[in-house]
Amino acid sequence: MSLTRRDFIKSSAVAAAANAAGMAVPGVSEALAQQKNDGIRWDKGTCRFCGTGCGVLIGTKDGRVVATQGDPEAPVNRGLNCIKGYFLSKIMYGKDRLTQPLLRMKNGQYDKNGEFTPISWDQAYDIMADKCKAALKAGGPRNIAMYGSGQWTIWEGYAAAKLWKAGFRSNNLDPNARHCMASAVTGFMRTFGIDEPMGCYDDMEHADAFALWGSNMAEMHPILWSRITDRRLNAKHVKIHVLSTFSHRSCELADNELIFKPQSDLAILNYIANYIIQNGAVNQEFVKNHVKFKKGVTDIGYGLRPNHPLEQAAGNNGYPGPDGKPKGDPNKATDISFEEFKAFVAEYTLDKAHEISGVPKENLEALAKIYADPKTKVMSLWTMGFNQHTRGTWVNNMIYNVHLLVGKISEPGNGPFSLTGQPSACGTAREVGTFAHRLPADMMVANPKHREIAEKVWKLPAGTIPDWIGLHAVAQSRALKDGKLGFFWSTTTNNMQAGPNINGEIYPGWRNPAVFVVHSDVYPTVSALAADLILPSAMWTEKEGAYGNAERRTQFWRQQVKPQGQARSDLLQYAEFAKRFKMEEVWPAELLDKAPEYKGKTLYDMLYANGEVNKFPVSEQMKGFENEEGKALGFYLQKGLFEEYAAFGRGHGHDLAAFDVYHKARGLRWPVVDNKETLWRFREGYDPYVKAGEKVRFYGHPDGKAVIFALPYQPAAEQPDNDYDLWLCTGRVLEHWHTGSMTRRVPELYKAMPDAWIYMHPEDAKKRGLQRGDTVKVQTRRGEISTRVETRGRNKPPLGLVFVPFFDEHRLVNKLTLDATCPISKETDFKKCACKVVKA
Amino acid sequence: MSDLQPSSSAKPDKAAAARRQFFADAGRLACGAGLLGLGLGLYAKQARALPPAALRPPGAGGESDFLGACIRCGLCVRDCPYGTLSLARPEEPIATGTPYFLARQVPCEMCEDIPCVKACPTGALDHGLTDINEARMGLAVLLDQETCLNFLGLRCDVCYRVCPVIDKAITLELRPNTRTGRHTMFIPTVHSDHCTGCGKCERSCVLETAAIKVLPIALAKGQLGQHYRVGWEEQRKAGHSLVEDKGLGDLPDRIPESAPLEGHYDPASQGGPSLAPGKAATPDSGVDSLSPRLPGADAHSAGLPAMPQNIPGGGLPNRLSDEAAR
Amino acid sequence: MSGFLAPRFAEARAAKGWLGAHRWLLLRRLSQLGILALFLLGPLAGLWLVKGNLSYSLTLDVLPLTDPLLALQVLLSGHRPERLALLGAAIVLVFYALVGGRVYCAWVCPMNLVTDLAGWLRERLGLKGSAHISRRARYWILALTLLLPLAGAGLAWELVNPVSLLHRGLIFGLGTAWTVVLGIFLLDLLVMSRGWCGHLCPMGAFYGLLGRGSLLRVSARRRSNCNDCMDCFAVCPEPQVIRPALKGEGAGVGPVILASACTNCGRCIDVCAKDVFVFGNRFNQHTPSNDPAGKAGR
Repeated sequence: MSLTRRDFIKSSAVAAAANAAGMAVPGVSEALAQQKNDGIRWDKGTCRFCGTGCGVLIGTKDGRVVATQGDPEAPVNRGLNCIKGYFLSKIMYGKDRLTQPLLRMKNGQYDKNGEFTPISWDQAYDIMADKCKAALKAGGPRNIAMYGSGQWTIWEGYAAAKLWKAGFRSNNLDPNARHCMASAVTGFMRTFGIDEPMGCYDDMEHADAFALWGSNMAEMHPILWSRITDRRLNAKHVKIHVLSTFSHRSCELADNELIFKPQSDLAILNYIANYIIQNGAVNQEFVKNHVKFKKGVTDIGYGLRPNHPLEQAAGNNGYPGPDGKPKGDPNKATDISFEEFKAFVAEYTLDKAHEISGVPKENLEALAKIYADPKTKVMSLWTMGFNQHTRGTWVNNMIYNVHLLVGKISEPGNGPFSLTGQPSACGTAREVGTFAHRLPADMMVANPKHREIAEKVWKLPAGTIPDWIGLHAVAQSRALKDGKLGFFWSTTTNNMQAGPNINGEIYPGWRNPAVFVVHSDVYPTVSALAADLILPSAMWTEKEGAYGNAERRTQFWRQQVKPQGQARSDLLQYAEFAKRFKMEEVWPAELLDKAPEYKGKTLYDMLYANGEVNKFPVSEQMKGFENEEGKALGFYLQKGLFEEYAAFGRGHGHDLAAFDVYHKARGLRWPVVDNKETLWRFREGYDPYVKAGEKVRFYGHPDGKAVIFALPYQPAAEQPDNDYDLWLCTGRVLEHWHTGSMTRRVPELYKAMPDAWIYMHPEDAKKRGLQRGDTVKVQTRRGEISTRVETRGRNKPPLGLVFVPFFDEHRLVNKLTLDATCPISKETDFKKCACKVVKA
Repeated sequence: MSDLQPSSSAKPDKAAAARRQFFADAGRLACGAGLLGLGLGLYAKQARALPPAALRPPGAGGESDFLGACIRCGLCVRDCPYGTLSLARPEEPIATGTPYFLARQVPCEMCEDIPCVKACPTGALDHGLTDINEARMGLAVLLDQETCLNFLGLRCDVCYRVCPVIDKAITLELRPNTRTGRHTMFIPTVHSDHCTGCGKCERSCVLETAAIKVLPIALAKGQLGQHYRVGWEEQRKAGHSLVEDKGLGDLPDRIPESAPLEGHYDPASQGGPSLAPGKAATPDSGVDSLSPRLPGADAHSAGLPAMPQNIPGGGLPNRLSDEAAR
Repeated sequence: MSGFLAPRFAEARAAKGWLGAHRWLLLRRLSQLGILALFLLGPLAGLWLVKGNLSYSLTLDVLPLTDPLLALQVLLSGHRPERLALLGAAIVLVFYALVGGRVYCAWVCPMNLVTDLAGWLRERLGLKGSAHISRRARYWILALTLLLPLAGAGLAWELVNPVSLLHRGLIFGLGTAWTVVLGIFLLDLLVMSRGWCGHLCPMGAFYGLLGRGSLLRVSARRRSNCNDCMDCFAVCPEPQVIRPALKGEGAGVGPVILASACTNCGRCIDVCAKDVFVFGNRFNQHTPSNDPAGKAGR
């Protein structure tokens, strides 16, 4: 496989450009000649990599995307791109694109241990329906599960949520955002009662200080970083504080670099809160009017399997205890007073914070000062350093603590800002309700009122949507391994590379004979190759799509080219799959009796031909552009889904504009009310939901108040010891996007960053008799990988910590990682486990 | 064959003829050898003109010396763990049999133990080179600023991130993007005192033709005239003013106290050495008075560590007046 | 020489059998190919017994062997080689000084395979006529190779040296070096009998000079048995070296071939039906005629 990987095709862009060059038509004006010969049609789109949401223009010719350019008028990027965005036009044309369904077969029959054999879509849907029905029959709705991602377009995620939660009546649906944004979500929900950042990118032009908490924006959010750098360059007083467990590219601009011991960010945040209180910097008026205090339960475990000693000892992990009842609730918190909070954080003195974190005192103090100084507007930014954390929810809550204590929130230049790594982590994974515990527009499956609202919008009889919280990502892997799932559908993500503890949990799970694993993908990723049935998906501009970026900006694009081979969009896959189920096969008779109109119908009729989703004719589609779904189904599916979905949020703080508006706009930040975008939520004048005179209202909570949580520092689940003496941290690089399934197929990007080496302190290498370039084995209690030692270059870990990027499918670093999660958000901690490095 | 041919006849002047023949032969051979030598010499001279893309392994001296010392055994090629080096073939415009590498194809990975140098039996690769950072295989030059993506404002900087001597050999100099008005351009800037010429940057440049290339130092580097010295550099190297023993100073400028001039440069009234009566000149602080300071610029820096080393002048430059562009 | 496939040296073959008449030739080919194989084991099979090429090699990571002519050129260009290269040169110098410098030409040099082939073919095709260049030309060229580095042209001879082009090429990649090899082959075949090795090659000249006093020598010990069949002259790449020893009895010249141009190839031993020639040392001037025992065996 690796050979075909490297054997890339060259984009025809060059050929097209060359073609265009030497062909001047005499007598015709140059501009016309250019247009004629160029023959490229340009249309608006959005980059499909990270959560920044850069606007691009997509150039197609002869049914192929031949070029892209940064959209010079896009507000996010003004024509710029990072190096991944520069190669957008090449990502669809890797030589090994999946173009037909492949089923593991032996002697013409499906066999779990068979070889991948091409089959038709009909055969694929047939066996999927068979296996799904069998699983439903054997174990009910809890016996099937789906795993998606923040790369789903908005309507794909919505259609999947509807298929699973309304159709199959199973909440076993989770996105890979669980590995990425879940802690940010629970942080938002606990503190504000409503998801997603209050501010927007414009904060960057107004802040006086920036603090990066576990984010290497210089590499992971390159265009946003250039905005922050510009602010730093523009205004001399602006300072940058970078917190990390190792020195990286963002530290290069840092005025204050704080390299802390893993997990000690908890202590630093409490120290800052303490510093603010001790120095009388609390914004008394703000705190009095807009904030309340709570103390969270501790002793919440580490999201490991229940038989793990750490979980046995935990009293509040919510796992079944000896009596069969749940042991407490990790999410629980009790009201306390400001004085109690003050007393709680009082122990986090400068000395203690220094001792726990290892950061020099003057650096800690300099950081605390920017928050405490009422004249300094502070923007705090974070990504996976906070979210992939066994106390990820806490640490999200605690950064809000700091901002809320000083009232630096929801105004230009002041605010905590959670960045996202996927193009639609916000727009799809979070907003349309693809988490196992969520419904569209921040609603919860456990909340009867929310279920009722959803059932009404979806025209379902009462009691259709199950009240149980489904299996989250890590729980899905464990259930697969334990044989508790009979049918599993994974799509738009590569969990066999990106998920934790591949050896111990995920691979044995997918290969468990008890389960039939379907995987929809565009390339033969390690996930695809571990599945039983591979479905070839259409990608990016091979379908009409929409993403929502980190600043709540919803952006649309049209289908530009036909999907390659027999590839189909995930959306069409769900619609066609739903046609295979009679309502009687999925709903119990008593439920169906409550909605006799669905008797004899198919799931497809109930979900997508319900009078709402199918009410827009294909004639409303833009002329001159393909729409495969419209062609196959006879109506404008995307528009129908979007408008039905938008009904959830309109009037409830999640207002989206009309579908057609988005095709004309370069993205709009919700809530879009009265045809105006919202830049800063919760602030009077900026947010239409805050009434005149209220100044600030955190309307996610009924009392309009945000919560400051008293939460302690606690150590990580696994720490270096004598056997495994190094911290292992994993992460990303600028050149590759996540598991590299697209970017590693771009020859230039592959060449720029071919292999994931282990970044190590030179002294640590020397101690082990290693020199730069040596082949080593990196081992944890869960497995080992081989790679080379890098003691130079972009990342400079401190003594005792090593860093390995996870983009390289030839060395799956997630064989090594521990599947410990934040017990509240269930998000994995990919940043901390113990490893050792030995010469190979 | 002359040695073998028996004389056709035995004449009395046989010996004299043989002697004449010998000298004629010798002359002819000398001429032939001389012509051959001339040709070879010219060829050798041409071969010494190494094409700019071909780089020598670490520790190779000047091309002329190298060609006199390299025995063409290929042991450096054999001991390179990354397959970087090749021996030139006759058709290549490089002295035949000598080791070289093309950065765009396989760059030098800068091994700590420099096995290629250790392997060299003749010392054509200088065994005195023990720290790979001291190697000077060439010098990276960002040749094309028109296509370099970072000069366009994009965030590529692959050359910078792959540089093994990152932040020293290549730094990113920050320049406002006046077109967008809200982004920074990160301009890759090579520093010859740290660049080893390993070629990782050229190799990794994502353009179809690399915008950054490693060139022979002689080709890449300009030279300042001996008649001029860079004042601030000389002062930095000396650690003090070169004329500090001369007791130089300044008199304060008369500026109304009620209307201070922001950013006005006046060493005497800003703590620098003053010649005003009653205030002793303090030559030591002369260095600090070089840059004008804006009031308030330091207000936020109290307690902060020093600025990053690679930002020129120890601080970020002020933004150019492009407010209109916003 | 009646036909292309007509057997040669029929007398020797009749007397000693085919194997007997090719004994030293076979050993020599074995040596040439064996040495080449040792060099090729690394690049082809990953078995690095020997690294480098004939210019310099390192065997089993301990034994350095340097081409002394190259080492000399390096020295003349004003550069002092590292210890290993000097040690390697010393080893090679001592070895060839003892066994005969041009043993290198006959037993090691890969170009010998090419020129031998050209010589064999020339004879088989019955090609007559040969350009006339003195065998002393090689010494002039040798002088040139040493003068060029002195004049600052570096190791200029190495730019064109067909021997290293061929050997290095076989190990590191031939490139267009094959054209040079073909040129030498055609030179020997069409232009000049034994043109390269016998007239032009400065390496041969150098090794010849080096082995002037070598111990190992071919001796026409039983020259009295000579039946003047001339086969030895026909087969010898440097036939001028034979006459003094073979026919020198009358002039009081000993039977040992002392000329430095002799490559110790042993072909004269092979092709002589009368066993005139044997390998011996330079001081053993005994012949059966002055040795009553007449039993000086080979």
